[in-house]
Amino acid sequence: MSRILVVIEQRSGKIARISWEALAAAQRLGSPDSITAVVLGAQEEAVSAEIAAKALGTVLRVEHPLLARYTADGFILALQQLIQNEGPALVVLPHTYQVRDYAPALAARFGEVLIGDVVSIGEGPVFTRQLMQGRLTGTYRHTGTGPCFVSVQSGAFPADLPPAALATIATFRPTLDPAQIRARPGEPYRASSQAVDLATAQVIVGVGRGIKAAENLPPIQELAAVLGAELAASRPVCDNGWLPMDRQVGSSGQTVAPKLYIAVGISGAIQHVVGMQTSRCIVAINKDSDAPIFEVADYGIVGDQLDLIPALTEAIKAVKR
Amino acid sequence: MKMIVAIKQVPGRDAPVHIDAVGKWIVESGLEYALNEPDAYALEEALQIKEKHGGEVVVLSAGPERVGTTIREALAKGADRAIHILCDDLGSRDALGVARLLAAAAKQENPDLILTGLQSEDLGLGQTGVIVAELLGFPHATMILRIEKTETGVEVKRELEEGWFQTVQLPTPAVLTMQSGGTKLRYATLMGIKRAKTKEVKRLAAADLAVDAVPVVVLEQTSMPKKKKSTQMLTGTPKEAAAALVEKLRFEVRVL
Repeated sequence: MSRILVVIEQRSGKIARISWEALAAAQRLGSPDSITAVVLGAQEEAVSAEIAAKALGTVLRVEHPLLARYTADGFILALQQLIQNEGPALVVLPHTYQVRDYAPALAARFGEVLIGDVVSIGEGPVFTRQLMQGRLTGTYRHTGTGPCFVSVQSGAFPADLPPAALATIATFRPTLDPAQIRARPGEPYRASSQAVDLATAQVIVGVGRGIKAAENLPPIQELAAVLGAELAASRPVCDNGWLPMDRQVGSSGQTVAPKLYIAVGISGAIQHVVGMQTSRCIVAINKDSDAPIFEVADYGIVGDQLDLIPALTEAIKAVKR
Repeated sequence: MKMIVAIKQVPGRDAPVHIDAVGKWIVESGLEYALNEPDAYALEEALQIKEKHGGEVVVLSAGPERVGTTIREALAKGADRAIHILCDDLGSRDALGVARLLAAAAKQENPDLILTGLQSEDLGLGQTGVIVAELLGFPHATMILRIEKTETGVEVKRELEEGWFQTVQLPTPAVLTMQSGGTKLRYATLMGIKRAKTKEVKRLAAADLAVDAVPVVVLEQTSMPKKKKSTQMLTGTPKEAAAALVEKLRFEVRVL
């Protein structure tokens, strides 16, 4: 039976939803018995017990004092030893910043290439992921002779795992030497107290690179004011300094799920979409009728925001009067 | 500090995307190309380090002849010289195959730092820098916003998820992949464009680097994305489309 390793990511004993989604993705690749969940850390008893209640064969605690804090060197060495020991056919990981930091090197150590950011799995198996900032979909197949490394995108595989009989929990102790850990990571910190909490907003107007210049913001701000909405942005808008970083929605910003999200000039690259795709209603306004944002939108208007936004503001004012 | 900046030429952001006849990639003829934006941030960071501490900035890129224009652009912005790995089959190599080319060329230079963008705007794999580090045996860090030189190496500001950051110290030589937005990008000056014409571009044939090109992961097919939702498109004049949307928001979504 071909075995599947699923790497669970935890921070201070808390398992992120995307790790359950990775486990759910693994269920599509093999039977629960063939799945081994892997937790790395210094002492992961509680987390392991939580995972063992899901439908899988084994939970492996990969433990070493040097794994208490994430380093690429530590994680790569530990997982390398584990994979050599277990010989899995597949290694499934959540597509997090941490995984993006070490998994490409881990796969390369086996002469393999990570198929990253996977949004669906088909017969074969084949793995699909976005290309060209979401304007295309690509289907990938593993042709190597070693294990196939796959990381799954947030939200792509619903994490509704049925409860099951308790899985076996075992411990694997990798051999690590402090001299092998070359990076000295500091404690994570937040830049400033997050001034804007977008997560509680009922209505959000998000702006993207398509607005072309900061000078085009005022009509959009007026629309937001009329709607009682918070203003949000995709990464390039913040990179350009048109709006402050704490208004950023997406994988490097906040995750939001308002009742209404109006995306203005946002192309719909996956980095933004993962931060707003669970909004109850998405309206997309974009010049480009092929923009991928229309794939997740409930309502779409193709056109120039310079004409549309004032018209929309007027129309809303009229019904609010 | 000797820095190599690995850059990629990618289709322009507004370039039309048409799938080619065999369904493997997009029609490339007539496409406009540009410097991958995250790589522009890597170049900018390298130029700023050089201005502060001295050293050399060498641009490294793999691809067909057309990549030369993007290399000139980087030289015009201030890079000292460039290495162009001439390679017409970049698309048939996987991330490891491309990284092998870059690592082989970078190794000959004995750099202190290799910088590159965190991902490309076309394939978006986000792996090349990390694999280059692995192949060269260098430590690495990803999603970097700022680099400070230290006695023994570098101290970097690394972006984590959800607005968190972390400071990481690394010995050099090291590979860093740069996140966008950490600094402001410069434009090439007229003087820079003029100077770029005389700067050295070393041309290496991919075949001469003698690296394995057999992929272990294959892009079998490209297709237009499937819709996740059935989108209702609202048409008409701006006024009509706006009125139609307000109608929907009032009576179907009930948010007005």
